[in-house]
Amino acid sequence: MADLSMSAGRFQHLPPVRHEYLRDVVAGKDIGVIETPLTFPQRLASQSWLRKAMVLLLIAIAWELYARYLNNPLLVPTFTATLEAFAAGIQSGDIPLKALNSMQLLLKGYALGLALAMAFTALAMMSRVGNDLLETLTSAFNPLPAIALLPLALVWFGLGEVSIIFVLVHSVLWAVALNTHSGFRSVSPTLRMVGRNYGLKGPRLVAKILIPAAFPSILTGLKIGWAFAWRTLIAAELVFGVSSGKGGLGWYIFENKNMLDIPAVFAGLFTVILIGLAVENVIFRNIEAVTVRRWGMQS
Amino acid sequence: MNEPPPTSPLLQVQGLTLQYKTEKHLVTATYRVSFDVYAADRFVLLGPSGCGKSTLLKAVGGYMAPTEGSMLLKGRPVRGPGADRVFVFQEFDQLLPWKTVKQNVVFALESSHKLRGRAAEAQALRYIDKVNLAKFADSYPHTLSGGMKQRVAIARALAMEPDVLLMDEPFAALDALTRRRMQDELLELWAEVRFTVLFVTHSIPEAVLVGNRILLLSPHPGQVKGELNSDGSDRTDPASGCKLSERIHDMLFADRIEEQEVLPHG
Repeated sequence: MADLSMSAGRFQHLPPVRHEYLRDVVAGKDIGVIETPLTFPQRLASQSWLRKAMVLLLIAIAWELYARYLNNPLLVPTFTATLEAFAAGIQSGDIPLKALNSMQLLLKGYALGLALAMAFTALAMMSRVGNDLLETLTSAFNPLPAIALLPLALVWFGLGEVSIIFVLVHSVLWAVALNTHSGFRSVSPTLRMVGRNYGLKGPRLVAKILIPAAFPSILTGLKIGWAFAWRTLIAAELVFGVSSGKGGLGWYIFENKNMLDIPAVFAGLFTVILIGLAVENVIFRNIEAVTVRRWGMQS
Repeated sequence: MNEPPPTSPLLQVQGLTLQYKTEKHLVTATYRVSFDVYAADRFVLLGPSGCGKSTLLKAVGGYMAPTEGSMLLKGRPVRGPGADRVFVFQEFDQLLPWKTVKQNVVFALESSHKLRGRAAEAQALRYIDKVNLAKFADSYPHTLSGGMKQRVAIARALAMEPDVLLMDEPFAALDALTRRRMQDELLELWAEVRFTVLFVTHSIPEAVLVGNRILLLSPHPGQVKGELNSDGSDRTDPASGCKLSERIHDMLFADRIEEQEVLPHG
């Protein structure tokens, strides 16, 4: 204290000395609102699907207005004309059939790509050579657009399903392997030690610790892989859609363009977008809800 | 004091030298460290950072092989990690975030083939109840506070009924009030279960409170400076007239104080 009062002369800016005081706090029930449910509009506004639907609605309105202003259905058909073409396509069974063809092909390529990605990642986790192999291959092939391999695939495998599956595998494999591998590598050493402490090693350690712990990254890989595969497929079908008599959505778009049925072209694009949205918002979102979100690994 | 010591130690560490490689150096973490841990000991490894105490615990856990010396658990040499020595880490992420509190404990019991099914679940619930988390048995770890997560880790370790519990600064990441409560709870648990624990800390008050036997280590590399007894009350040593914590402080930081005294005062 003596020190303080001595230095007070030297330092002009000491805080003022205030009185101490004590108070009783008000009991919770007397305050009124401490926690109350939000109002209905507030709850609506916090639903992200509703906000996103509003965005889509605005885009549709803008599209409709612009198309009417342009008044040239060969360049931009109206939103309503597109919807009509879409409904007609659905009714005739043409769009569902083409979509089914595309999805079948896509799932084959996707599954094969995932299997190969798993094999590569396992190899990379087990040995340093495998690690170097995966890192080199991913850095070399990941930037290579799958569609650029299509001419080569045509020479190797001919005009058929195999060529498309080949490019699909290429588009899925590297994205998934890269993400899974980096996910495994970022699993905390503590968790690995916990696993080994309870007697886990080798494949059991991978299955019980590494895969769930790396699941956020793996899921990201799956999503990116799916998006890559989907766009690669549509592009590949545009180039040579009709394989063994079964065309997909890309072929549907290409065919209708040739017939200058532009609303149907838009309906085809519309279907591609709808399927993309559905997979992202229904399938992947639900996987996230029961896994990484529930585990608190992603907000 | 006059009681004869139990016939043989549970864990014997003899002349243990531990070395590990960093990218550029070969570091000696401990040099010829020896100590004996008896059943129901609360054996504390205490020292400043860089004394190799955590490395020592990892070696006992089987995560690294010694360069020299031996570790015997119940007379058998320690080789690799095993469920007879269960770790409680400092990090909160030692719990599996994809499993609930109960599933975390069951996971440990089943992975190590100790118990399975109903028996594992019953054992898990018994120990979760012991750490007062029965209400949170079905919660996911991310919904728990830091102290609660550490209690789950302790319950998981105790449910394994290991020969020795290895605790690596388990309360260091907690706030001061929670840490104090956890230390008391650990002692209550010990009074109930009588487990053997090897406890690493750099906090002298924690060592004095938690331990019944304290091994002092010097830094760079870790060497044994002595072993002291503690009854948890920080009693005054009749010979020196100093409190236990003061004696430890002087022993551990003697070098540093001398250094400070040499420095010229401004």
